Amino acid sequence: MAQPHVELLFWEGCPSHPQALADLRDAMTALGLDPDAIVVREVDTDDRAERERFVGSPTIRIDGADIVDPGEEPVALTCRVYYRRDGRISPTPDPADVRDALHTAMTTRSTA
Amino acid sequence: MSTAVGTEAPTFSLPDTDGVEHSPGDAPATVVVFTCNHCPYALAWHDRIADVARDYSDVKVLTINPNDAERYPRDSFDAMRERVARDGGWPMPYLRDESQDVARAYDAKTTPDVFVIDGGGRIVYRGAPDADHQDPSLNAAWLREALDAVLAGSEPEPAETKPVGCSIKWK
Repeated sequence: MAQPHVELLFWEGCPSHPQALADLRDAMTALGLDPDAIVVREVDTDDRAERERFVGSPTIRIDGADIVDPGEEPVALTCRVYYRRDGRISPTPDPADVRDALHTAMTTRSTA
Repeated sequence: MSTAVGTEAPTFSLPDTDGVEHSPGDAPATVVVFTCNHCPYALAWHDRIADVARDYSDVKVLTINPNDAERYPRDSFDAMRERVARDGGWPMPYLRDESQDVARAYDAKTTPDVFVIDGGGRIVYRGAPDADHQDPSLNAAWLREALDAVLAGSEPEPAETKPVGCSIKWK
């Protein structure tokens, strides 16, 4: 099994990371990946946010790539705005986007 | 100052995006909502709160942005004006709490953080608009139930729920 490197970066000032982690664990389990391999890291200072290029909490990276393109979002200790596939604003990524990003990473690794 | 349910609500005067000053009171009930431009929880609940302002025309609904605009430029007064203009106007005023004194007086925790004040100036509800920011069908039920109770002369139940959202961005 091609196990991608999965990270969840969060800021304590935003309450969404437990839900994001639960969704991420569910997606990994559904794809046969080990959810305990998720690396969870807190971003707690502006300096650290700058170093991490952190645009908001939660941020999920797979093999170093953000699962949702942050575009021109500025670095900040803030809650991140996501959009569900039905257009609703959400503090967490759409679980389908999480699953698709993991699947893509697995496919890329297995064909590399 | 305490802002517990049952206590007197702090009064204030703050400018809206047109520069008009607004204060709580002079209505059967006032709703004070601390909110902002950048928080996904505040954005997710925004339409539901606007619908309350439309549906309860005799209630004064005041939305207040207290966030530090220096570190969070999306919450600047200019950004607030641009948002209201982009939306074609709001059914309630969007006030700027530049000093953050009002947010501190209310001990606001999050965006959103909702307070319902009765006609006598007493806080009768504090918390979230409803139980789930992800479910628009809830339609700000806790806020509506609190207003219905106040307008009927009774006490809201629940009178307090946990505010859910982004932390206030203090200076």
